[in-house]
Amino acid sequence: MSTTTSKAVPGTPKKQPTGGPVAWMDERTGLAGLAKKQLRKVFPDHWSFMLGEIALWSFVVLLLTGVFLSFWFKPSMTEVEYMGSYAALRGLPMSEAYASTLELSFDVRGGLLMRQMHHWSANLFLASMMIHMLRVFFTGAFRKPREMNWLIGLSLLLLGIVEGFAGYSLPDDLLSGIGLRIAEGIMLSIPVVGTYISFFAFGGEFPGDDFIPRLYTVHVLLIPGILLGLIAAHMLLLVYHKHTQWPGPGRTNDNVVGYPLLPVYMAKAGGFFFIVFGVTALMGGLMQINPIWSYGPYNPAQVTADSQPDWYMGWLDGGLRIMPNWETRAFGYTLSWNVLVPGVLLLGILFTILALYPFIERWITGDTREHHLLDRPRNQPTRTALGVAGMTAYGVLWIAAGNDVMGPIFQIPIASIIWFCRIGFFVLPVITFIITRRWCLSLQRHDRETLLHGYETGVIVRSPDGGYSEIHAPISPVSAYNLTTHERRTPLELPRREDANGVPAPKRGKEGVRARLSRFWYADDVAKPTAAELEEAHHQHHDGQPELEDGRHVGIETGGHVGGDDFELEQTTKKS
Amino acid sequence: MSQDKFHDDDFERHKAGKDNPEDYGESSEPMAGRGAESEPIRNPGLPEHAPRPTDVDETLERRAELQVAMMFIGASALALLFCVAYFVFEPGVEGETFLGVGASNLALGLTLGLAMLLIGIGAIQWARKLMGDHEIVEHRHGAASSDEDREEALAAFRQGSEESGFGRRTLIRNSLLGSLGLLGLPAVVLLGDLGPLPGDALSHTVWRRGVRLVNDVDGQPLRPEAILTGQLVNGQPELFFEHVGPDGEVIEPEYEGSELLVEESKAAVIVVRMRPEDISPPKGREDWGIDGILCFSKICTHVGCPISLWEQQTHQLLCPCHQSTFNLAAGGRVDFGPASRSLPQLPLMVDDEGYLVAVSDFQEPVGPSFWERG
Repeated sequence: MSTTTSKAVPGTPKKQPTGGPVAWMDERTGLAGLAKKQLRKVFPDHWSFMLGEIALWSFVVLLLTGVFLSFWFKPSMTEVEYMGSYAALRGLPMSEAYASTLELSFDVRGGLLMRQMHHWSANLFLASMMIHMLRVFFTGAFRKPREMNWLIGLSLLLLGIVEGFAGYSLPDDLLSGIGLRIAEGIMLSIPVVGTYISFFAFGGEFPGDDFIPRLYTVHVLLIPGILLGLIAAHMLLLVYHKHTQWPGPGRTNDNVVGYPLLPVYMAKAGGFFFIVFGVTALMGGLMQINPIWSYGPYNPAQVTADSQPDWYMGWLDGGLRIMPNWETRAFGYTLSWNVLVPGVLLLGILFTILALYPFIERWITGDTREHHLLDRPRNQPTRTALGVAGMTAYGVLWIAAGNDVMGPIFQIPIASIIWFCRIGFFVLPVITFIITRRWCLSLQRHDRETLLHGYETGVIVRSPDGGYSEIHAPISPVSAYNLTTHERRTPLELPRREDANGVPAPKRGKEGVRARLSRFWYADDVAKPTAAELEEAHHQHHDGQPELEDGRHVGIETGGHVGGDDFELEQTTKKS
Repeated sequence: MSQDKFHDDDFERHKAGKDNPEDYGESSEPMAGRGAESEPIRNPGLPEHAPRPTDVDETLERRAELQVAMMFIGASALALLFCVAYFVFEPGVEGETFLGVGASNLALGLTLGLAMLLIGIGAIQWARKLMGDHEIVEHRHGAASSDEDREEALAAFRQGSEESGFGRRTLIRNSLLGSLGLLGLPAVVLLGDLGPLPGDALSHTVWRRGVRLVNDVDGQPLRPEAILTGQLVNGQPELFFEHVGPDGEVIEPEYEGSELLVEESKAAVIVVRMRPEDISPPKGREDWGIDGILCFSKICTHVGCPISLWEQQTHQLLCPCHQSTFNLAAGGRVDFGPASRSLPQLPLMVDDEGYLVAVSDFQEPVGPSFWERG
């Protein structure tokens, strides 16, 4: 750096430079250059953009409450005799981990509140991450240039699930011990190296006395460290890409419209942190969660009925429950499909599909452009239907995980629930896929109708010759524009491949598959009307003719009488 | 991320409004090919900024200001109340209760939660009612650097790698890559002491010939006549409890602490008595029971939960974790559920003093399947 830059040019009127702490800081960091651009950075407004924020702030709550808990919790499996204040367990042998969790719950002021806040915010963290992921999926916010952030988000979710499991396993109560025992069973099912993995994780045979301290390091250091790094990368990319926005008047793919970071989003997002914190504190004060004292210390020979993992592990537990009992024994070795498939492969398969999805969709649609405008789910029927199908399969596994609780409530034999889930896992996603796709297409058709003929007012008029019809009124120009912001999409054409003599090649190979998938993706879309079609429709209305659309009598449009003095839509289109 | 990416033109901002049509109209270079000509309706542009009531009415503005301030003052009061509650209420079971729940936890949660909520709601109210609410338009451009930047970066990389000779001096390069690759080995080997090798530890339990079966609650040895038809008893080997030896001497438990947990997790059994005529033992196991008393491993062969839900009419034992159902009258066969293997059975006999004892260890590994199990 040149040393002359700070010298004032002689003769020019010298502007008083900023002094004080700002100058002190900037002379050492040069942050002003970044701050001048970022302090007034624009963020668009929509309630669904808040979901990721809930995840971020609950992570902060987790860090704060977690640090508090770590001051008292003793991650040790050394056996002690409980002599604390909870009389029901006094005198029982238990691990130091369990005893110190009891101490936190009963003898440390605010300890129970912090424990319950920690557990509630973990649930909130995972729930908001999942819903945030669904929002990103259904609105197409994972498309270029945001594929990497989609992958980072998936890593956050996967690590969050592992972190949550590690967390609720630490108190070493009876319920969490059963969870660890199941985890050990899953490790053992891994071919060839399963027993080694288990012995290395537990420091020998289950349960041993190494696992809780090891899990503690993973829970408070390893995974939170990675989570922090990934969250930082997630946010940096968000700032760099600028947030996606919903299309609308003045909101295009080339701009971002909203309020500035300082002051509006500092206040809103900062205030939202306090709201998330406050809600978590109220939950911790008012709603009991994980009352480990009522489960008792872990004993490998005991179990409680209605054993359930935390909800985000539920789908995996459901998979374990409904998998048929297949096992292969050959050449002196055993391969337990009944545990390996739901316990190991299911998680891998789900996250692989999710990770590949942006790239698969990009390949099928051949769309390599940048997208900063969000899709309404109805305008992407195939993607939306795939998402709903995936949610359905997840939901079936979730139901399966609660079969022992639901059976008595609904008076259904558990075996029937299991068979329903086994079949439903494959059949229900297909059904919901078809329904969702048709539903989206119907909504597209409805949008088109609304654009062409206005909305149904519910006012029925009787014509002089006795016919009845419903009056349609025009929608506002803004609403009309909002219904036309999506793109017209056309399926990819089959590539024409001919040999030297002009005979078409019989095999279309990969490109043929791609063209067929692309047709499946888009061919059924109901195209939004063209400018000419709009004009045509409005002229018809003005001529007062009954309209026939698809051979169906829709009704006489008398827009002028209801919606205002004239058809505003038409004026807009004429201008363009 | 490069700071240089944040070009200045990125941040040219304009107050949105009808007076700047170029900001909101159809863009000249649509990044996603939204051609304006084919669109049925022209982009009407950002709507005019509508003033809020607090922008035009000073009374309302003053009221909003007071609202926000009151919320912040309320939060301060609650923060102090939190401190009071911390000292006033005793935590835990011996502390005060309010409506049946612990007063300490309730008061701390309510004061902390409401204080936080008030700060948050106040800040948002401030932003919504009083802070500037002009929408700002910021231009985007593609995520990629300019072609020149990319070329220059590649040229710099090429020059650097050329000067290093990384591509030319293959001996140095390959020996470096080789050594870095081999460094993975120490990293893995270093973890070797995480645990002992499995060996055949999973195939054995502490059961052996002559070990008495005891009730797992009080450690009392079991006599056949003390077990009623239809009854289920949770059992453990006598070795886990202090007991009296054959010569009247007191024998200390053989295991304690985590060792005990390891052995318990394999040796836990259930003892049931059924009508002998209901039992159809598998071939070779006809004499493993005593007058309809049979002993099975308590550890589920699915993923290892202890099983204990006993349906005495159907002789089925249900695992509460994943609902595997074993038929104890038919050698522990799997009737239903995800488990694949029968429950291992422990052969029983009666010793000289009339107590139930094991004939041997289990003849197969208990618990979940694993690769080397065969």
